[in-house]
Parts: sequence; C-alpha cells; structure tokens
Amino acid sequence: MAQVSMTVNGKTASGEVEGRTLLVQFLREDQELTGTHVGCDTSQCGACVVHVNGKAVKSCTIFAVEADGATVDTIEGQANADGSLNVIQQAFQDHHGLQCGFCTPGMVMSAAALLKENPKPTEADVRHYLDGNICRCTGYHNIVKAIMAASGQDVGMIAAE
Amino acid sequence: MYNFDVEQPSTLADAVQALSRDEAQPLSGGQTLIPTLKARLAAPSVLVSLGGIADMQGVSVDGEGRLCIGGGTTHATVAAEAAAHYPALAGLAARIGDPAVRNRGTIGGSVANNDPSACYPAGVLGSGAVIVTNAREIAADDYFQGMFDTALEEGEIVTEVKFPIPSAAHYEKMLQPASRFPLVAAFVAKTAAGVRVAITGASNNGVFRWREAEAALSANFSADAVAGLSVDGSDMISDLHGTGAYRANLVGVMTKRAVAAMG
Repeated sequence: MAQVSMTVNGKTASGEVEGRTLLVQFLREDQELTGTHVGCDTSQCGACVVHVNGKAVKSCTIFAVEADGATVDTIEGQANADGSLNVIQQAFQDHHGLQCGFCTPGMVMSAAALLKENPKPTEADVRHYLDGNICRCTGYHNIVKAIMAASGQDVGMIAAE
Repeated sequence: MYNFDVEQPSTLADAVQALSRDEAQPLSGGQTLIPTLKARLAAPSVLVSLGGIADMQGVSVDGEGRLCIGGGTTHATVAAEAAAHYPALAGLAARIGDPAVRNRGTIGGSVANNDPSACYPAGVLGSGAVIVTNAREIAADDYFQGMFDTALEEGEIVTEVKFPIPSAAHYEKMLQPASRFPLVAAFVAKTAAGVRVAITGASNNGVFRWREAEAALSANFSADAVAGLSVDGSDMISDLHGTGAYRANLVGVMTKRAVAAMG
C-alpha cells in the first residue's frame, strides 16, 4: 500500500492505495466522486476523462500513485462557484447534448480541454478531438453542436449528418 | 489486475537499479501496458515508472542537426514541439490514438513495445533514427526484430530517439477507426542515403522496410515508380479487419499516397 495525496477540484484528497489502484477507482471509491464514469475499462470510450495537471487523460488508464502530487479536475469541479452550470454544461443542456448521460462527464471534460487549447474550434476540430469519447446513444451531433455553442460560435447552420 | 508495487524513481540510475530485480517491468505512459495488465496478460511484481525521470523528457536538436526526443516524451508534446523541425514526425504523433491517449503515451514506450501496428516504429525506421538506451545506441535497422520484439535486453530502457531530419517525408495511414491504430501505414523519407520506406500494420514480423519501393523511388521519385510493384500478402496480418491480401494492397496504396503528398 502507498499513501497518495493530490489536489482534486481544489481540495486535498489523500488515501492509501494499492499499486494497481487506478485513478478512477481512487476518485470513485475512496473520494466518492462518482461523476467520473467507467464505461469500457479498456481505454476506448472516454467516459472516465479527467484533467491531470490540466491535461485530459483517461483515469482508467493511469494509476493513482502516478497522480500523487498532481492537480486533478473532475466533472464535480466544473460548475460555477454559485453552483450553476458552467458554459459547457449549460450548452449541453440547451442543445440536448446528452441522451442517457453516461458519456457526458467525459464529453464535458474533453470539451473543456479542447476549448482551453483551441477556443474557436471548427466543427471538424471538435469531431476530431472527440475521437476518444464514445456516445453509445450515438448522440454526437448535438454534442458537437453544444461544444461549438459553448465556444461562442453560431450553431444555427450546423446540419444533422 | 494482479497486484504489484509501483516504484517512481527520479533518476535513470535508480530506474535501472529497480529494473534489475526479478519480475520488474518498466511503465512509461501505460496506454498499452495498463490494458495488458487488466487483461492479466502480464504479471510483474514491480512496475518501475519512468515518468518522473526529468532527463528523459523533451524535444531538442543536437549539434548534428538531429531531432532528439526523450523516451518519456508524450505524443502530444512531440506533436506540438517537433512540428517546426520535423513536420512529418509531428504529424504522425498528432494522429496516434486520441487526445487523452496522446497526453500519456510516450515515444519510448511505443518503440520498446514494437506493436506490429503502432505508428512510431514506422517513423523511427523510415527516418533511419537511432535508439538510445541506458547502455548503448542502436540503429533503427538493427533495433526492430519482429512482432513485439526488439534488440532491447531485459531491463534496458529507451532513453532517447535521435532522428536525422530528411529533406522531405510523409506518413500516410489507413486508420482502423475502432482501435485508432493504422490498418496499414507507410512512412516515406528522402534521406541523404536515399529514399526509405517503412511499413507498419501489415507484416506478421512487425515494421519493415519495403526495399523494392525504396530502390524504385531512389531512381525515380514519383507515385508511378511504385505503381507496378506489389508485396506478398501470404505472410501478412489477417484478421477481422482485413486479409493479408488486402493489407498487401494497402502497402502499395499508402506508399503511393505518401509519395504523392510529398509532391
């Protein structure tokens, strides 16, 4: 067992973990932050995307001990200080960017990483960036639309594909 | 996963020492190794994480004009920092996996694993790069020895890869959209010693140089020069994504497209 300590959504999170404990297990089971989902557990689906030191990573494919000392941001830390939805979350609601909602935490975290790197992405940029996020409701169109809207761009002309 | 300890040395010397123990295995970005451990296809007693070794990070240019990439450098960093020096290689790195995978996966991990469908082996072999380890330097032509097989000894660590920068190069990849690995990809480079063509995703023996195409392109650098060539599909990977014959055909198509893209 190893002691780990990291900053999760601005607060110190510490605990004892095994070598094999994944970051997502530490977040969900030790820290009870169950907003980060495990969809496939094989690094394919992106439901578990969180930010580690500001970079989007799949929390099912990094050990908790590797995030020791890191700054971790999860879906639970995305809302505004007053508890209202942030601009990306609000855009997902406004544009029906979720159906069952299972992939949504990963989609929102990937979108946040994209908009930090590229504040005005094209529709193709958004689709390319979501390569590693799978929505099994296949609701991609409105997800892309929501992210474009969150970037402040007009989405009236985005046609369904 | 079976359980194991994780060690996180901060120097190469400490990592080499830690890896000298029985059943110790290096962990780089983990984007292949962690799924492998989950499937219980590996059972190390100790994982030695290389992520904390500062000397193995980063992209630089050496006195001979070679692009030097630390073994622990992520694909995302190569995509961003190699772009000004070696755009074909940066473009290869920018299309590995997906953004989250590129933020963790490393060049050293990819080259050490030598997956027969990985992107980096094609870039490394196609460029005629040099693989630097804690013990020695190995030319790419001697390094890749077959599917998941390399010249690395037990416990040897890829600390850096040095790329001579070709006058022109292009990586053309037929994406397998579910895995995001290439179904087949070709890396074509015009080097001082002639044209090099490295193919990944096709052979049961892993990445290889397509010598016939190299000779044809060294004489006449045009897509037409390879149009009449073919490779034997009988020893190529055959799976649900494509037969050996289909992959053999893609070898020619990807090479022609790469050459055409280099104008």
